[in-house]
Amino acid sequence: MSSLRRYHAPVWDEPLVMEMGRSGRRGFLAPEAERGIRERIGDAAALVPSAARRRAAPELPELSEFEVQRHYLHLAQQTLGMMGVSLFGTCTMKYNPRLGEQIAARPWLAELHPGQDEETLQGVLEVIHSFDLILRELSGMSQFVFQPGGGADAAYAHACVTRAYHAHRGELAQRDEVVTTIQAHPCNAATAAAAGFKVVTLPLEEDGYPSVAALEAAVSDRTAALMVNNPDDMGVYNPHIKRWVEIVHEAGALAFYDHANFNGVMSRIKARELGFDACMFMLHKTFGAPKGGGGPAVGAYGCSEELVPYMPRPLVLREGERYTLEHDAPLGVGRVREFWGNVPQVVKAYSWARAMGAEGIRRAADISVLVNNYMEKRLLAIHGVTRSHPGIAEPRLEMTRYSLETVHAETGVSAVDIQNRMSDFGIDAFWMSHEPWLIPQPFTPEAGELWSREDVDYWIDVLEHVIGEAYSDPELVRGAPHNQAVHKVDGSGADDPSSWATTWAAYRRKRLASVEHQ
Amino acid sequence: MSEQALTQDAALTAAHPYMANSAPELFQELMDAVGVEDVEQLFAQIPAEHRIASALQLPPALGSEVALSRHMRSTLARNRDCEQNLSFLGGGCWQHHVPAICEEIAQRTEFLTPVWGTPSSDVGRNQAWFEFASQLGALLEMEFVGLPVYSWGCAAGHAIRMAARLTGRREVLVPVMLDPERRAVIETYCEPPEMAGHIELIPVDVDPETGRIDVAALRQRISQDTAAVYCETPNSLGVIETECAEIARLGRAHGAETILGVDPISLGVLAPPGQCGADIAVGPTQPLGVHMSCGGGVGGFIATRDEERYARQYPTLQVSLVPTSVPGERGFALTLFEQSSYGSRELGKDWTGNSVYLWAVVNAAYMALLGPAGFAELGEAILQRSHYAAAALERVPGVSVRWPGFFKELVVDFNESGRTVTEVNAGLRQRGIFGGSDLSRDFPDLGQCGLYCVTEVHSQLDIDRLAEAIAEVIA
Repeated sequence: MSSLRRYHAPVWDEPLVMEMGRSGRRGFLAPEAERGIRERIGDAAALVPSAARRRAAPELPELSEFEVQRHYLHLAQQTLGMMGVSLFGTCTMKYNPRLGEQIAARPWLAELHPGQDEETLQGVLEVIHSFDLILRELSGMSQFVFQPGGGADAAYAHACVTRAYHAHRGELAQRDEVVTTIQAHPCNAATAAAAGFKVVTLPLEEDGYPSVAALEAAVSDRTAALMVNNPDDMGVYNPHIKRWVEIVHEAGALAFYDHANFNGVMSRIKARELGFDACMFMLHKTFGAPKGGGGPAVGAYGCSEELVPYMPRPLVLREGERYTLEHDAPLGVGRVREFWGNVPQVVKAYSWARAMGAEGIRRAADISVLVNNYMEKRLLAIHGVTRSHPGIAEPRLEMTRYSLETVHAETGVSAVDIQNRMSDFGIDAFWMSHEPWLIPQPFTPEAGELWSREDVDYWIDVLEHVIGEAYSDPELVRGAPHNQAVHKVDGSGADDPSSWATTWAAYRRKRLASVEHQ
Repeated sequence: MSEQALTQDAALTAAHPYMANSAPELFQELMDAVGVEDVEQLFAQIPAEHRIASALQLPPALGSEVALSRHMRSTLARNRDCEQNLSFLGGGCWQHHVPAICEEIAQRTEFLTPVWGTPSSDVGRNQAWFEFASQLGALLEMEFVGLPVYSWGCAAGHAIRMAARLTGRREVLVPVMLDPERRAVIETYCEPPEMAGHIELIPVDVDPETGRIDVAALRQRISQDTAAVYCETPNSLGVIETECAEIARLGRAHGAETILGVDPISLGVLAPPGQCGADIAVGPTQPLGVHMSCGGGVGGFIATRDEERYARQYPTLQVSLVPTSVPGERGFALTLFEQSSYGSRELGKDWTGNSVYLWAVVNAAYMALLGPAGFAELGEAILQRSHYAAAALERVPGVSVRWPGFFKELVVDFNESGRTVTEVNAGLRQRGIFGGSDLSRDFPDLGQCGLYCVTEVHSQLDIDRLAEAIAEVIA
């Protein structure tokens, strides 16, 4: 093992912005009204009827411009993010090329309004259409739309398309079920339910996926759609997926492919060739656009020719040498969100795809899977680390689900403790597992094509070191972190109405109440 | 060429700048460590009949940033933007000044590129989120604020569903004149009539004399079946509603929730939802320091009083200020995670996922920059400038402004001019001006009207130039 870094997060003891500043200080001045405006319009107060006026000034801080800048830079510094190593599985941590940021920050994109005339938007429309063509080639679908604001929103878009499709055929009242699996991302079940469907969830069987027989038993003339991902986030690929789609189609339902875990299979399979009617790609994940700590994101939703009439609008289309927007469609689901989506993210994803090309994308998949298998070899050599579904002989794809159950049983140290302690060495959280945990004390690292062998080795070295500490000094690990900006966070009161506080005003009121109570 | 040959070829070409392990020797080293001759062996789980039928046909790679930058610049330079032109477009996405500091914060790699860390290693970002919720709550006079959702329409859709769950009722009153984009999103969230969970949107008239919601009509429509009244101030046509408190009172009297949509940039001068007695506040976040980006800057918020009844219905994630293991130290933890779709799948409240959390950080910096005086001053500046625009346009023969009492957006009436909005906008475009959005399609009763947005970025000269250009175009 190489020696570990002597990392320590910056500790600024940064106050809340609401506690900072002095009365009368200013960080922003509105432009003064020109004389012509003053003379003609006079005092602004007269322009608001008294019933509609604000009575008390908002309790906001009063700071100089520099104080605001420094405060948020301190908060940035107190965020580890990707300054260290983050192998956050299921999210495919990638390099987000600075070029994309530079391009998207220019007025030619930042200062566009979606309501401008098409003639003034030809550049951005061309990028969107060109990227649509790239995704069509990667999936075999006939058309993409970028309106959904994330992967979950794309799943929701599919649930809405499913409604519109069956409604048009007069079968919506009858087809009120969506089938998914317990290893599909929770958003599939949740968005299907929010769209009004009942959810049927198939459990996993010994091979790591539900059986064909289980699917056959679940599907009926009440089934509206199957919503499923593959491979799942244990790295297991369902080899019967083509048969699954056939079964669903025979029942008259639609098959949706949540391509959340596309990184390991990109360039090797196409959703449409497997029979799927629709699929979703996350541009903030697989296509190099930044994640923003949870968006702005894009769930690019693509579908077969048959479903295009039902897609949300607007669609970007090419007519000869011109690009145009189709705003409405009689059978379409209307909108799942205002406007055309997070356009800068689409532009960055296009830029990323052009930088990679077909060969680069294939190489990225190769590296993702190769490095995952490299990690697996090293991780399974560490005492206390086990793997889900040990009976599966074939190599996993871009990630593998592991368990720290042995460490937990032998030392009392949990996966969360280990995660916290790893952050003391500049390693940010690993992904554990979506709810429900099928594997106890889970963790799911994903290296993707970004992280170097040195980074991956360091990550494993830290894990090995921390597991060693769990055996030699479990309190050290349970009390972690020790080198972060703050210590172990106590969220035990966060679900208690008498102590939760999503705002400073609520916090002060409740703290005062609890002091008085004492 | 066989798949295997392609792969081997790829391993021999130059490393790609985005992929550290694409260095050919290192790639081989990893293959050796794993113990495979050919990377293809690692894909054994994928059956042969699932593999793609033919090699991918994508445009040639632009691996060099020099070539890629040239390509991107030459393509996007074909756009005509609202900085080089004078724009009066609004309607759900508005041109405001974006403070330089907001730009810097949005670009910080610590905020820009990660997804999720531990509560301690994310403490800076979590604090910024808490400051977003706290400052927005102060503007709204609401003490429980969720992390943002995708957009105002999505926030309204979720809020309506919250109200339906809270009341067990399935009817929602909405103003008949509602922004068409937002209305389309709300309709999607309300589910089609075939679904058991369908929520019916019942339109309430807008008074043609004032542009405000017709409270008498609302009084007629509201009943014991009403889950919520949804209204906005300023409303979708820019007019300030003056009877929000009365609407909220009517809602309470009928056991319905009052959902008020507000533009936070107006809240230095206009009554906040808390003052009006609204139960749930929703609105956009884009005005708070985020560029329009062709609609890609939009975001939405949901806020309520800090009452358990409401808190238990939130679909969003939110952070709570909590202690750490060291006395006196503060941290942040997710609150009510269990009711989110991450916690409870289909049994959760609607769903959540990636949203616009980066913008929450930017919004926090924006609100801190403005402070109470900044919001008041900015609200006044927008009022003065938009009313100056109304006065300037009123002087153009054939042009009038439909309703007084607006904030930021005004309905400009071209009916008397004999010109369509399409014609006016085409003429303006030739003069480097993007006229307001055309209301004639969505609100045919208005005839030829445009929705003009005037903010702090518009100078007196800009507005005079607009008035002169319109006069020329309709002459």
